[in-house]
Amino acid sequence: MALDNNPALDTHEFRLVGTRPNRPDGIDKVTGRARYGADISAPGMLTGMVLRSRHAHARIKSIDISAAEAIPGVHAVITRKDFTHVPEDGDIADILDNCMAGEKALYDGHAVAAVAASSSATAQEALKAIIVDYEVLPNVTDVDTAIREGAPILHAGRSDGTVPEGASRNIMSRVEFGHGDVEAGLAKADRVVERSFKTEATHQGYIEPHACLAQMGQDGQADLWCCTQGHYMVRNTCAALLGMDQGQLRVTASEIGGGFGGKTTVFLEPLALVLSRKSSRPVKMVMSRAEVLRATGPTASSSMDVRIGMTKDGRITGAHAELRYQGGAYPGSPVQLGAMAGFAPYDLENVKTVGWDIVTNRPKQAAYRAPGAPMAAFGVESVIDELARGFGLDPIEVRLKNAAREGTRSSYGPTYPAIGLEATLQAAKDHPHWSAPLGKNQGRGVACGFWFNFGGDTCVSLNITPDGTATVTEGNPDIGGSRAAMSMMAAEELGIPYEKVRTVITDTGSLGQNEVTDGSRVTFAVGLATIKAARAAKKEMCKRVAKIWGIDEDAVEWREGAVHPAGPNAGLHPPMTLAEIAAVASNTGGPIAGHHEVTAEGAGVSFATHMVDSEVDADTGAVKIVRYTVFQDAGKAVHPDYVEGQLQGGAVQGIGWALNEEYIYGEDGILQNPGFLDYRVPVASDLPMIDTVILEIPNPGHPYGVRGVGETSIVPPLAAVANSVSAAANVRLTDIPMSPPKVLAKIRETV
Amino acid sequence: MQYQAPTTVESAVSALTAAEGDCHILAGGTDLLVRMRSGMVSPAAILDIKKIAGLRNIAREDGGWRIGAAVSCAEMGEHDGLGSDWPGVVEAANLIGSVQIQGRCTIAGNLCNASPAADSVPALVAAGATARIAGPNGTRETAVQNICTGPGATSLGKGEFITSILLPAKKPNSGDAYLRFIPRTEMDIAVVGCGIFLTLDNEGVCASARVSLGAVAPTVLLVEEAAQALVGTTVDETALGALAAACSSAARPINDKRGTIEFRTHVSGVLAQRAAKIAKKRAGGSS
Repeated sequence: MALDNNPALDTHEFRLVGTRPNRPDGIDKVTGRARYGADISAPGMLTGMVLRSRHAHARIKSIDISAAEAIPGVHAVITRKDFTHVPEDGDIADILDNCMAGEKALYDGHAVAAVAASSSATAQEALKAIIVDYEVLPNVTDVDTAIREGAPILHAGRSDGTVPEGASRNIMSRVEFGHGDVEAGLAKADRVVERSFKTEATHQGYIEPHACLAQMGQDGQADLWCCTQGHYMVRNTCAALLGMDQGQLRVTASEIGGGFGGKTTVFLEPLALVLSRKSSRPVKMVMSRAEVLRATGPTASSSMDVRIGMTKDGRITGAHAELRYQGGAYPGSPVQLGAMAGFAPYDLENVKTVGWDIVTNRPKQAAYRAPGAPMAAFGVESVIDELARGFGLDPIEVRLKNAAREGTRSSYGPTYPAIGLEATLQAAKDHPHWSAPLGKNQGRGVACGFWFNFGGDTCVSLNITPDGTATVTEGNPDIGGSRAAMSMMAAEELGIPYEKVRTVITDTGSLGQNEVTDGSRVTFAVGLATIKAARAAKKEMCKRVAKIWGIDEDAVEWREGAVHPAGPNAGLHPPMTLAEIAAVASNTGGPIAGHHEVTAEGAGVSFATHMVDSEVDADTGAVKIVRYTVFQDAGKAVHPDYVEGQLQGGAVQGIGWALNEEYIYGEDGILQNPGFLDYRVPVASDLPMIDTVILEIPNPGHPYGVRGVGETSIVPPLAAVANSVSAAANVRLTDIPMSPPKVLAKIRETV
Repeated sequence: MQYQAPTTVESAVSALTAAEGDCHILAGGTDLLVRMRSGMVSPAAILDIKKIAGLRNIAREDGGWRIGAAVSCAEMGEHDGLGSDWPGVVEAANLIGSVQIQGRCTIAGNLCNASPAADSVPALVAAGATARIAGPNGTRETAVQNICTGPGATSLGKGEFITSILLPAKKPNSGDAYLRFIPRTEMDIAVVGCGIFLTLDNEGVCASARVSLGAVAPTVLLVEEAAQALVGTTVDETALGALAAACSSAARPINDKRGTIEFRTHVSGVLAQRAAKIAKKRAGGSS
C-alpha cells in the first residue's frame, strides 16, 4: 500500500490547516452552557472549605477540631493527620505539605485544616470553631533578604549538594550554564555594562478559580471532576499523595477558564478526596479569588545581576548573569529555566549564567507561561539595549549581529537546528512600526525572547463512526483552542470536512498517560499523534477496501478522502470514500479506528521579537502603551486566529507584569492585595490593539511543521516595555513592575 | 437578617431608630454587598431606601439641583441640566467602579461609605454641596465636608440617614472639575483625587475658589491655602505653581499598597494644576 506513513516534512498545500473555522466550544462558552469546575454537582454533595493560616510563618503546636466536629451539619473535619500515607518522593511530599500544612504554616494562606458540611454557612461556622495554637515565627518574603545572614530559616537541611558550604540555608540549589571564558571575553569589549534588576511575583490571573468535586468510597474507588491543565497529572499526584493505585482514581477535566501554567499541580483535589473518604459523601470545593491569590502558585520574584561586554560595532564579547529566584516556601523556583533561556537568543563565544533557587514565606510557585524566562530576558535584553543605545547603534541591528542561527551552540548547551530568530528580527526591521514617528514623551523598545517548547507522553484515539464521521479522543484540557486544531488536522488527513470531526477530551480511564497541557506542547504533540492516528485509520481503511476488491493492500492508495486503485494493474474499481468504507465496516472486519501513542520529541525551540511604543507622563509616572507589535515563529499556524490570540495574550500578560501587577507583602508577611482591585491586571481600555506578525519556519519534528506558540510571547514583554519606558522617560528602569510611584521617583531623582 | 423597604422618610426613620443591632441602609448596595460577601459586616437588618417617594429624583431647587439619595450615578450622567451646571461632579460620579457599578451606586452612598478615596466626595466638597439628613428629631442640612469624620466613620447619629444632596445654583462664570490618579484607565480606586470649583469676574480674575483633595488624608480635605493661591489671579502659571505647592503641602498621605507618601504629595499638586485649568476653561476663562 502506498501511504506516506513516516513523513518527511509535509510541505504540500493544505486544504484546512491555516484557515480560520469556528471554534467548537464557542457557542457553549458564549451562552453559558459550558461546564466549568464549579458547575459539576452530585446528589448529596457537601461543601468543602479550607482554614488557612493568617501567619506567614508559624509552628503549629496543636489543632483542636472537636468543637467544629460537634456542629450539626458538619460531616468531616480534616487536618494533616488524616493524610495517613507518607509519600517517599520528595516533590510529592512537598506538594502534600503545601496542600495541608504539617509542622509549620509557611505562608499567609497555607491550608491548616478543611471541613465538609451540608451548607457553606455551616462550613464557615465550622472553620471558625477550629482552634489552632500557633507559635508565630519571624518571616521573610523578599528574595534578597532571605539569603542575608540572620534571615529566618524556613527549612534546615534541605539545600542540595550544589549549594556552597556556608551559604544561606534558604538556598535550595545552584545551577550553572555556559561556555567559553567570560572574563577574557569582557576584556575585549569596548564597553561593559553591569546592572542589577528586580521583578516582583505575578499571578497567572486565570478568571476561573480552582474547583473540584470528589467522590471516594470505602472500597477505595474514587472519581474526581476538576478544573485542571492535566487530569492525568491530577490522578497520578493524588494517587501518590493518598497511597492509592492510579487505576482506582478516575479524573475528568472540566472546561477550563484559563490556566497559563497555574493549573499544572493540585491544591484542593487531595483535600476533597480525603473529606469525601471521611464523610462518605461527594464533596465539592471552590476557591474564592482571595484564596486563589493567597494560596495557589504565582510565579517567582527575582533579583538579578547582568554583565555584558560589547564592541563599538555591536558584537557581544562576553556575557554573565547571576539570577536569584524565590519560588515560595518550597524548592523548585524556575531559576534553572531562566538561566537556560536568558542568553538563548544569541550566538555567544563566552557566556555564563548562575542561578540560585531560594525559599521564602510565600505560596509555592507554580508554572506561569514560559516559567522563569521573562525575568531573565528582562535583565539580558535591558543591558543589550543600554549598550546598543550607548554606542548609537540600531538595537535590531545589534540583535541581528549577535543572533543565534542554525548551527549556533546555545548558551545552555545544545546546537540549534533551523530556528526563526533572525526571521523575526528581519520582519521587525521591515515593519512600518519600526519607522513610524514617535509622539511627544514617547519611546520605542524592542526585545527578543526564547522558549524551549515540549513534547512528552501523548495518547490519541481516532474512531470512525458508521456514518463516516470521526471522533478524536485525547487527554489534554483545551486551554488554547486545541480541539479546533485537532479537528482540523484530523480532517486534513482524512480528507473530510472540518465539521465532520469532533474532538473530545476524555477522562483518565479512557486513554493511556498524557502529559499536562504545558510547555506549548499540545498542538505539536497531540497534533502529531492525531495525524498519526488518522494515518493508522487510513491504513486500516485501505486494508478493508483491498479486501472488498480482492486485491493486495499494496495495490490501493489513499487520495482525497477515498481509497483508489493504486494503478491500472489494480483493476477498474470506482474509488470508495471514507463514508462508504465506514458504512460497510461491519462486513469487513468491524469498527475502524486509529490510535497513536508516543513520547513526542522534536518540539522545536521558539523565538519572538516584540516592539512597543509607550508614553510616559513625567509629572505622574503613568505609562501608557500606545503601540505594540509581536513577531513570532509559529512553524505552521494551524488556526491563525488562535495563534494570534496566543501572541496577543502573552504580550498583554507581559504588559501587566511590566507595569502594575505585583504581590505586595507587609512586614507581617501578609499579602496586601488578594483581589483583582489591587492586583492590577490590565483592563481592555489600558491597551492598544496588539498587532501580530506570524512567521512560519517549519519545525522538522512535526508532520505539518508545527511549533508550540503559547509561551514564547510572554518572554520579551518585560524587557521590551522597560526599554520603551526607559527611552520615553530618558532614565533606565530596572525594577518591575514599573508602577507610577516607582517611575515618578526615578524621573524625579534624575532631574 | 431582616429586609425592609419603607415608602416614606418617616417610616424609614422609625425603622432605623427602632432597629436593634446593625442596621444598614441599602441604596445601590455596591459597597454594602461587597462588605457582606467578604464577611466584613453581617447586618441584623437592611433598610432599602429606593422605594421612598422622591429619593430617586433629580429636581430643580432655588436654581440648584437636589439629587435624591437613591439616584444612581449613571442617572446623573444621563441628566442634561445637571451635567451642564456641574460637569466635575457628574464626571466624578461616573468614575466610580465600572459601568455596571455606576448603574447602581449613588453619591450619597459614596459619601456615607466614608472612604478617604471616594471619587464623588472631593467634587461635591469643591462644589459646596449640602446633605439633607432625616432623623428622629426631624430634618437637618449640613455641608458635605461635615459628614465624614474618618475612614469608615460619619457624623450621622442613631436613626439618621441622608435623603438628598443639594448642589447650589451655579454662579455665572464659574466651573468645576474633578481629576483622580489611578494606575489603570478605569475600574480602580483613586490614589489621589482633586476637585476644584472657581468663579471668574468679568476681567477673568478668579473671584472665589474651592479646592479639595481626596485620598491624601483620613477625610477629604478642603484646602483654603490652595483656594487663596487662585483668588485674585488669572489662574496663570504662577498661580498654578502656588496652587500645586499649597496642595502638596496640605496633603497628609500614608504609604500603602496603592501609593507612597512622596508620590501622593507630588501628584496632589499635579492634579490640582490640571483640574484648575479645566475649571477655568469651564468658567469661560481664556487658556
